[in-house]
Amino acid sequence: MANVLVFAETRNGDVRKIALEAVTAGRTLADASGGGEVHALLAGPAGIGAKAPQLATHGADAVIVVESADFATYARESLAATLAERAKSGGYRAVVLGFSAQGRDLGPRVAARLDAPIASDVTEFAVSGDAITVKHPGYANKVIMTLTLTGTPVVLSIRPSAFTAVESPKAGRVEQGAASPAIGATITVTEVKEGAKGRPDLGEAQIIISGGRGLKAKENFKLIEDLADAFGNAAVGATRAVTDDGWRPHADQIGQTGRQVSPQLYVAVGISGAIQHLAGMRSSKTIVAINKDKEAPIFKVADYGIVGDVLEIIPALTAAVREARKGH
Amino acid sequence: MGFPAVKIAVCIKRTPDSESRFRIAASGAAIDETGLKFDMDDFAGYAVEAALQLNEKSGGGETVVYAVGPDNVQETLRKAMSMGAERAVHLTAESVVDGIAIARALAAELKSGGYDLVMFGKHAFDSSAGVVGTATAELLGVPCVTAASELSVADGKGLARRELEGAAEMVSFTLPAVVTIDEGVARPRYPSLKGIMAAKKKPLESKPAQLGTVRVTVTRMELPPERPAGRILGEGTAAIPELVRLLQNEAKVI
Ligand SMILES: Cc1cc2nc3c(=O)[nH]c(=O)nc-3n(C[C@H](O)[C@H](O)[C@H](O)COP(=O)(O)OP(=O)(O)OC[C@H]3O[C@@H](n4cnc5c(N)ncnc54)[C@H](O)[C@@H]3O)c2cc1C
Ligand SMILES: Nc1ncnc2c1ncn2[C@@H]1O[C@H](COP(=O)(O)O)[C@@H](O)[C@H]1O
Repeated sequence: MANVLVFAETRNGDVRKIALEAVTAGRTLADASGGGEVHALLAGPAGIGAKAPQLATHGADAVIVVESADFATYARESLAATLAERAKSGGYRAVVLGFSAQGRDLGPRVAARLDAPIASDVTEFAVSGDAITVKHPGYANKVIMTLTLTGTPVVLSIRPSAFTAVESPKAGRVEQGAASPAIGATITVTEVKEGAKGRPDLGEAQIIISGGRGLKAKENFKLIEDLADAFGNAAVGATRAVTDDGWRPHADQIGQTGRQVSPQLYVAVGISGAIQHLAGMRSSKTIVAINKDKEAPIFKVADYGIVGDVLEIIPALTAAVREARKGH
Repeated sequence: MGFPAVKIAVCIKRTPDSESRFRIAASGAAIDETGLKFDMDDFAGYAVEAALQLNEKSGGGETVVYAVGPDNVQETLRKAMSMGAERAVHLTAESVVDGIAIARALAAELKSGGYDLVMFGKHAFDSSAGVVGTATAELLGVPCVTAASELSVADGKGLARRELEGAAEMVSFTLPAVVTIDEGVARPRYPSLKGIMAAKKKPLESKPAQLGTVRVTVTRMELPPERPAGRILGEGTAAIPELVRLLQNEAKVI
């Protein structure tokens, strides 16, 4: 018997997809450890408790709702304290978070407070006796490492989309919890700048249209935006060459030093396919490349390639996709 | 108004060149290092550069670099000194993957250093973990701002920007603090010949790392499955109908 504590990440008052994935992963881990309960910690400003049922129907036996005005912005210090206190008093086998911007920040804080081993960006795990082994792609996704973690508890942050959220027939209970104050909290959020609205986040998007220097000019990203619109709910990414030149914000950069993504479809437009770019997108399900140079390395990883001028091909492709999706 | 002089520690790691092709060693639990080039970890390089620039702006302060690892990390420490860091501390240990253990060793050493800022990369290329900086901050009991893409220091306070998923957050924090550095803050300079000569004479202290109990080990390494060879459907707009057909029927994304 071993219980698992899950951090249920929220954003703007909603439970994120990664939170449901983490709860489902927590369920698998509890079951693999001989059965036990999954407790999801849902922290946010007053009213966040209304979202508890979503977690309770994805494998959480209990949702611990912690409402505090502090949690209106990302209060990392009190969140870390709240998670760590709960983990200590609850005697958990593991704490599971998502390897998202928040989870990356929180995981090591919690692990250090618990003096617990931590594995980041986990894609698989298994329980073997007193040890937990995990798979974690290291070396910018070029080497898959198997790590063995000993001791209790352990902290695992899971890779977004690596675990599928599964609804469970049994709904868990909802409890109220209290926030642990951050003694001497010293980080203040002075402003949150929301990015472009209306597009999914790169980490969650099923389809990503990405542009490179082959687009020739900042204005031509309009073509990429149009293609993304034609696909419906697609996100827009970029190479470092493009973010360096200020054509797109740094937040859109995909690759070793940018975001790491694995959507169902990745369309690389005017992108050469440098190793550092591939590091961020090579695990995408289907890759399409459009480049005028048939020797471009991107074609080595692309399932489907078209050789030609993107300025000519993209508008025509946009029209064809619109046509094919008519009725959607 | 001048800029304040800040005393900065930067923790740096030695990692293989990210452009390398990797092979797995015979043990099955390590990479084969033959023929690989090693250098300062990319994000740690950004951190060193950011520290040097803060010091240059103020015309004062100090940048001290730290590394935990075997003797070969001294090369990396010298490189940081050739960029401009004043001195280096090498905490000797066999290579470790347990980020909490590395943080323990660094915190034990940094505790009495009197630093205003301790800087790290947001994550290392090899571990791709992002643990050591944040855990060190927790052990030191100081604020930690992770993945800063802009950083400034004024009036005993730090200001940073962090890229979130689809948004950005501006934070202010008190010093002393730990900051882990994202790309965007600064691109590392190349050491000058003069810098390289000077680095040879700069102080490098070496002592055992106090790792404590190591609870994370590598038990296996493997290369990811190769992607099946792709196909070029054709040239120009003539290939579009076939692409759309495949996206509909084979990839099933339309
Ligand atoms: C430490 C480090 C970290 C890095 N991290 C990243 C990272 O995270 N992400 C990243 O993307 N890069 C990263 N890079 C940079 C990377 O090495 C490449 O420089 C970059 O990815 C190239 O971007 P690009 O493909 O847009 O440009 P280019 O390499 O210039 O490629 C442009 C492509 O467009 C094609 N083209 C030109 N005109 C047309 C046209 N009219 N129609 C069709 N095709 C056309 C060309 O054939 C070419 O293949 C990093 C580099 C280093 C050293
Ligand atoms: N052995 C080490 N010695 C010194 N600094 C390190 C070491 N390992 C990691 N770091 C620092 O911590 C950052 C994050 O590493 P990691 O937590 O392994 O992703 C790196 O970019 C370095 O700045």
